[in-house]
Amino acid sequence: MRFARTSKIVGLAAAAALALSACGGGGGGTDGADASAVITANTTEPQNPLVPTNTNEVGGGRVVDLLFEGLISYDASGAPVNEVAESIETKDSKNYTITLKPDQKFTNGDPVTASSFVDAWNYGAAAENAQLNEYFFDSIAGYDEVSAKDSKKKEMSGLKVVDDKTFTVELAQPESDWPLRLGYTAFSPLPEAAFQDMKAFGENPVGNGPYKLAGDGAWQHDVEIALVPNPDYTGTRAPQNDGITFKIYSGFEAAYQDLLANNLDLLDTIPPSSLKNFKTDLGEGRYLEKPYAGNQAITIPGYLDEWKGEAGELRRKAISMAINRPEITKVIFSGGREPATEFTAPVIDGYDADIKGSEVLKFNPEEARKLWAEADKIEPWGDKAFTISYNSDGGHKEWIDAVANSIKNELGIDAQGKPYATFAEVREIATSKQLEGALRTGWQADYPSLYNFLGPTFGTGAGSNDGDYSNKEFDAKLREGLSAKSPEAGTTAFNEAQEILLQDLPAVPLWYQVRQVGWSENVDKVDTAWNGVPIYHQITRK
Amino acid sequence: MAWYIVRRFLQMIPVFFGATFLVYFLVFSLPGDPIQALFGDRAVNPAVADQLRAQYNLDQPFLVQYFLYLKNLVTVNLGNDFSGRPVAEVLAQVFPVTIRLAILALLFEAVFGIIFGVIAGLRKGRFFDGTILVASLIVIAIPIFVLGFVMQYVVGVKLGWAKPTVGAEAGWSDLILPAIVLGLVSLAYVIRLTRTSIIENLNADYVRTATAKGLSRPRVVVVHILRNSMIPVITFLGADLGALMGGAIVTEGIFNVPGVGQRLYQSVLRGEGPTIVSIVSVLILVYILANLLVDVLYAWLDPRIRYA
Amino acid sequence: MPEHRRDYIEHYVAPIEETPLQATDKVSEDVQPLSLWAEAWRNLRRQPLFVIASVLILLIVVVALFPALFTQTEPNANCQLANSDGGPAPGHPLGFTIQGCDVYARLIYGTRASLTVGIFATLGTLLIGGTLGAIAGFHGGWLDSVIARIGDVFFALPLILGAIIIMQLPFFRENRNVWTVVITLVVFGWPQVARITRGAVISVRNADFVTAARSLGVSRPAALVRHVIPNALAPVIVVATVNLGIFIVAEATLSFLGIGLPPDVMSWGNDISAAQVSLRSNPSTLLWPAAALSVTVLSFIMLGDALRDALDPKARKR
Repeated sequence: MRFARTSKIVGLAAAAALALSACGGGGGGTDGADASAVITANTTEPQNPLVPTNTNEVGGGRVVDLLFEGLISYDASGAPVNEVAESIETKDSKNYTITLKPDQKFTNGDPVTASSFVDAWNYGAAAENAQLNEYFFDSIAGYDEVSAKDSKKKEMSGLKVVDDKTFTVELAQPESDWPLRLGYTAFSPLPEAAFQDMKAFGENPVGNGPYKLAGDGAWQHDVEIALVPNPDYTGTRAPQNDGITFKIYSGFEAAYQDLLANNLDLLDTIPPSSLKNFKTDLGEGRYLEKPYAGNQAITIPGYLDEWKGEAGELRRKAISMAINRPEITKVIFSGGREPATEFTAPVIDGYDADIKGSEVLKFNPEEARKLWAEADKIEPWGDKAFTISYNSDGGHKEWIDAVANSIKNELGIDAQGKPYATFAEVREIATSKQLEGALRTGWQADYPSLYNFLGPTFGTGAGSNDGDYSNKEFDAKLREGLSAKSPEAGTTAFNEAQEILLQDLPAVPLWYQVRQVGWSENVDKVDTAWNGVPIYHQITRK
Repeated sequence: MAWYIVRRFLQMIPVFFGATFLVYFLVFSLPGDPIQALFGDRAVNPAVADQLRAQYNLDQPFLVQYFLYLKNLVTVNLGNDFSGRPVAEVLAQVFPVTIRLAILALLFEAVFGIIFGVIAGLRKGRFFDGTILVASLIVIAIPIFVLGFVMQYVVGVKLGWAKPTVGAEAGWSDLILPAIVLGLVSLAYVIRLTRTSIIENLNADYVRTATAKGLSRPRVVVVHILRNSMIPVITFLGADLGALMGGAIVTEGIFNVPGVGQRLYQSVLRGEGPTIVSIVSVLILVYILANLLVDVLYAWLDPRIRYA
Repeated sequence: MPEHRRDYIEHYVAPIEETPLQATDKVSEDVQPLSLWAEAWRNLRRQPLFVIASVLILLIVVVALFPALFTQTEPNANCQLANSDGGPAPGHPLGFTIQGCDVYARLIYGTRASLTVGIFATLGTLLIGGTLGAIAGFHGGWLDSVIARIGDVFFALPLILGAIIIMQLPFFRENRNVWTVVITLVVFGWPQVARITRGAVISVRNADFVTAARSLGVSRPAALVRHVIPNALAPVIVVATVNLGIFIVAEATLSFLGIGLPPDVMSWGNDISAAQVSLRSNPSTLLWPAAALSVTVLSFIMLGDALRDALDPKARKR
């Protein structure tokens, strides 16, 4: 009896959901024969309520990105485009005046005002709200105070509302690329209603983006999130379809089968077991491979004795040159990655494939053995194993094994992967500086900027500097780039900073990420953006 | 018998406390900082981390955490998972579909396992027996992700006879294919257990008596041999019900069923204490009830078995 | 069917000393009576099934102990991506894995870890689960309840959670090897064996021959060991032999998660789970270790069957 009752409740919920999505102008599309132009796409269950300042993973991120529109957005190439902002002006890269476009509305009818931004940012930065994206606001003056433990202050001194359509931002120090960040979802505006009950808001968010939820309860946990176009939307990302229904999958294998059966329109990651077959499975015109702003590396912690000093530097170079990047990307990823030549990514403005010293990232077994032998003369390596720590639930095993084999074969030392069962465990070991060998690291850009790849990961004391790297010259170059008067001058400084990195090699860059997307026979105009996320609003139904 | 059943119900109380305590302790001892992991590779502002820890009582010593969990339990508040969802809501979602899946899988392995096992036992050493043995070996040696993947691809994608993935609201008929995949390994156990028991009992005195009485062969097999061969099979099935519910991680992943196994696995990886403890508590309840049912069935199958 | 009643029958019984049956029935008292186990052993040796199984197992054990006798290739030394997923080549009869390692050499060198895990996890669960289950079933009452409920708790614990914790204990973290995996599997595997044993013992404990033995003055422990257990063994053997294969595969799951064997230890399970990504492009990397696993399980199933037959006096007189 117990069981029968519970399943009936679920049955009712399902019926209600069907009714709901029917009003919303499109069904869940489970049979693929739906006449309306609703696109089904894969996602994972969002790990947090859909609040922009609290969504820091892809599953919820792509949804929040469609539900909200910030001051700017990025076009497919990553160039900033004004959206809600009429203008963002500064004379010194430190004080910014932001003016909003007129007649911007949330989907509940409330106007989008200067306070919508200022309140949302203050909410996001305050420690008491414990928002996962709070560090995005760390450049703004007064962040230190609101984000301190037990802080009573809730408003950053750097944010001032001038009038309904204007507000000013003062940064703690000049940052030339700060406006570029404003397209990240954490900087989205929030309607007043949100602040009354953020948790409830996160279940049924109200935004100003190209799409809105298809009614209350359109997010059915672990099932789907149904979005329909927002009729009041006036920005550049106008929907070309009748809605996006995100089907929630726990893994890509299952989603791939649905794609093959035309039960799913868009899959944004091809699972490892189908990498060698997906092109023939789907056929020409149903897949896309495109690089995006992410990279993969192994970080070698500088606090370990064997990696210190001159011997350590020689060894790091030897390791880097012993890795056959072209072969691994070809064989393990079926060409789905591009060998790295520096520390950022090719889609970023200012990328330079020929930075001085980049030959250290080329496969060169003779030189690698020579450098290793030199290092052994200074201090013998012995029969230690070179290990690469990684979390086993992230699908890294294949390439880690291949990298380890490459090092083992070329340098004649023992090398192996070191899997940890949980991500939490790896992170704790990394942040408490207790690594015993190398660590798998990867960086995916939050906003299209060279600095975003360099500052957070290699700056002295920076939060994601797992290898505890510190170099005064490098830090100075970063500061120089940030306070540069022009983007070109900034780029020059950042790439000079990279020369220092290539010399010190605190991490060994491996390859750039490539997005492999597949789609069903029913849709068209699929493309991915600079950050690898499909451009959902452009997709049309055949 | 009634007193025996009442006593078994009373035993649930210490088992519940023991099990929740143990599980909570294990989760508490999990390596790594779950709050840190929420932030991915990024830096964590210590003030924010402390705030989150306080929110989930993770800043408290172990005994206090456990006590707070129990205290909330009294008010039917199972706490929240790390995404802020009430655990009670999670349970209400994962269990119905998993129960349907487990029941179907259990039926599948019981029906086919017993039928194949009986035939193999009666024709010991002959062709059918050998075929069944080879099939069992395949099921044991080829991991479930391969069998599931192949069946999903062939039946779901190529032939289109079933949905390749079924989702959270999967009905009984959608779950047939996943249930077959899930029940395959246990099927091997049931077949072999049945076969062996049948062989054991074929030569028993009562069978000779029954045959000598002139009973038909099917009647001897079904009523006499089978009934007396069922105890090990029932024991296995009873123990397996819980395993099918909690351990269907791979099958649920293949067919995208957001059920107990998947959720438990994810929660362990994330270190979500309240979710793990709540799910495991329900699972223990299932084990105890299933085992009680098994013990009652013993007495029914073999009247010589008595419980004081 | 109405019974044919014979109310009276004329009996004629010959005086015992006149019948030739006397010699037949005579018990030679100077020969030690064979115990059940000794008799089973005598029977076992004569069974072809047992002989085949033993030879196979012996072969597998030899491979496990002396892998270098069977291949000259160092399995981990020279994995070249250029050979990735390659077919059979001279010196590499079974081709290559996705990492370009020799499938045959890995198979040979993987035998030791897999066989150790399979056999010792099985023996461990038999020892702990079998003992506790037999005591619970035979004794009944409060002891039964305590053992069964402890089993319930262990059975409900998620293996992964438990394994992560066990591997975290200082001793296990420092000494990660095949034995830590065995211990983990035993800790979480014994309740199933205990339940099966308990059920089998319960179904036997009230049998006539047990009652007879007890009334002849056999003590309770002696009755359990000499009369109940041998007759309750069949389902336990079946479950144990199937478990053997399941444990070998379970090791792979643990290793894959980083809570099993260290990465440089080879095992069939490891290779089976690593073959997941090559499932479609090169299924043979899955097939060979799976075949090795099948043969091993088959040998032990045959051994189990033979043992069961040998222990069952009724099955013997065909």
